[in-house]
Amino acid sequence: MSGIRLEGITKRFGDLTALRDLSLTVHDGEFFVLLGPTGAGKTTTLRVIAGLERQEEGAVYFDEHLMNEIPPADRDTAFVFQQYSLYPNMTVYENMAFPLKSPLRNLDKGEIDRRIRETAEKLRIGQLLDRKTANLSGGEMQRVSIGRAIVREPRVFLMDEPLSNLDAKLRESLRVELEHLQKTQGITTIFVTHDQIEALTMADRLAVLNEGRIVQVGTPEDIYDRPATTFVAQLVGTPRINLIEAQRRNGVLKMSKGAVELPYADSAVSLPETFLLGIRPEDITLRADGEFTGEVVLTEPLGVETIIHLKTGEERLLAVVAGTKQIAIGETVSFGVVTDHLHFFGADQKRLGEAGGE
Amino acid sequence: MQQSPGAPRQPITSSTRVDQVGFRPQLMRGIKAGLAVVAMIIMLIPAVWMGMTAFKSRPDAVSVPPKVFFEPTVEGFVSLLTKRRQLTGEEIDAYKQRIDLSFADRLALKRGQAIIGQSDFPKFLRNSLIISTVSTFFSVFFGVLAAYAFSRFKVRGENDLLFFILSTRMLPPVVVTIPIFLMYRALNLYDTHFGLILLYTAFNLSFAVWLLKGFIDEIPREYEEAALVDGYTRLQAFRKIVLPQSMTGIAATTVFSFIFAWNEYAFALMLTADVARTAPPSLPSRIGTGGVEWAAIAAGSLACLVPVILLTFGLRQHLLRGVTFGAIRKG
Repeated sequence: MSGIRLEGITKRFGDLTALRDLSLTVHDGEFFVLLGPTGAGKTTTLRVIAGLERQEEGAVYFDEHLMNEIPPADRDTAFVFQQYSLYPNMTVYENMAFPLKSPLRNLDKGEIDRRIRETAEKLRIGQLLDRKTANLSGGEMQRVSIGRAIVREPRVFLMDEPLSNLDAKLRESLRVELEHLQKTQGITTIFVTHDQIEALTMADRLAVLNEGRIVQVGTPEDIYDRPATTFVAQLVGTPRINLIEAQRRNGVLKMSKGAVELPYADSAVSLPETFLLGIRPEDITLRADGEFTGEVVLTEPLGVETIIHLKTGEERLLAVVAGTKQIAIGETVSFGVVTDHLHFFGADQKRLGEAGGE
Repeated sequence: MQQSPGAPRQPITSSTRVDQVGFRPQLMRGIKAGLAVVAMIIMLIPAVWMGMTAFKSRPDAVSVPPKVFFEPTVEGFVSLLTKRRQLTGEEIDAYKQRIDLSFADRLALKRGQAIIGQSDFPKFLRNSLIISTVSTFFSVFFGVLAAYAFSRFKVRGENDLLFFILSTRMLPPVVVTIPIFLMYRALNLYDTHFGLILLYTAFNLSFAVWLLKGFIDEIPREYEEAALVDGYTRLQAFRKIVLPQSMTGIAATTVFSFIFAWNEYAFALMLTADVARTAPPSLPSRIGTGGVEWAAIAAGSLACLVPVILLTFGLRQHLLRGVTFGAIRKG
């Protein structure tokens, strides 16, 4: 097991720059998530670490060893691909034996067999060992992929959206299993996903990537409670954060297009005259004695909670209330705003006030 | 296996598709099958005709109207495999008295001929076999390496190179036979096995590269990449993962290359004489020596068909998927 350090990685594909001067430290034994939209450079980062892509600039370190010139086989990473990763025409057993049979490892048959059976039991795929991989379901395939990765106790575990091709239920159960596995094995894991829920639930720490750059690194709490930019704020959290153009005037914060005015405590943040105000939907509370009123435009009952689209002045806001609530569209409701968790962003989209994360 | 809710209690054994039962669909299928049979018969007629001629006697082979029912004989094969001499009337009588005559001798005697030695045809057939096999091996071997490189690595000027490779097939072979003949004379490659192997390999290689590249492109890179991180070098990954996966393409390329080399006529005629002559140009040379020996020619053609048929049948399992080219099921 190792810690991993990337220093100033730049990777280009022809005219396209996939990674720009990316630096990152992953601690030993950590569950680290790379989160970002499609094309952000998450997978490329993973492939650079595995040695499947060679960066144009920068250095990859495993602990203190420079890995730039080391071929993938000798880096001793395990890679779980999004799909297509199991060797066809081999049984599950042969698939899991394949990394152990590598000439680099030189293990005897008994040891290989022992390790495979042990891992299979851990992942509850013991009954599948003699099956051909073509006859497996999606969930079973990814389980075997994970099995093939952990069977040889690699230095680092690299996972490229391993759950994204599975249906929602399966994804959830495998997510819990993976987390449990990582915690008990303590293998350094770098996990790529575009799903913010996966990221927040699984990560010890996570990095948000956009256009080949790291936007923010931190714990899930850092990322959610102190997003460094509007991009991060909008990426994490469902329903998505309300971002509202606002102005500071005479000690109050006023929405440019809405009727809402909030008291402004000078001590908190020094604000410019115009800025972007971020309010998480859960911080807009519907209550009879709320200071503001709005018209209900749409409701989305989700069972656990209901998302309510409000119109106040010319501004539209999202609010979340617990449970299913019977509210008619067009009804006028009162609501309040929890002012402890307001987010402020400047014209450059960056967070104003205390910095988020590291 | 767990029974999923809503699944039928009893296994379904017959098709439940409504478009596959009833009168009209069945009639359509009948018509299609009928058309296929007719097409097959039309295509088989020349082959069957050739097969029949090979077993006809010399008079039967040229009789008008053609005989469909005849007494089969291996006369054609005997004349294909032997050199014979025309006997005079007295000699024929003398020969008839001899008791040491073999089966073949007696067949020749019927036509008033005596066998004086083996013909060169077995040698030509052996040449064909050697040249076709070796050139096919090299075409596929280099083809698969080149195709892999083109498919997986960034090759500078890849498209231009691929086009250049293809362009070697754009001229009809006959156009370049004369220059190649002169070059081969100068290089002492004329009438050598190596010369023809070289030429057929070069010719088939362009085809092999293009065909195999298509097949290798279809193999997801993830397989090899998984092998790379699992502790294998690229060459090991290629051997253990890519090669088994591209067997279909390799089989198809092998058959096509072999058929080309086996059937090739123009170059073989121009570039070989006695030593390295292959079977195809040797057959027409029988026309003219003492009349057209149609039975012998048909027998030779039949002999030429056998290796191709054997190879195709041997690889048919792979070919069945191969002829559908890019239509391999993914996942």
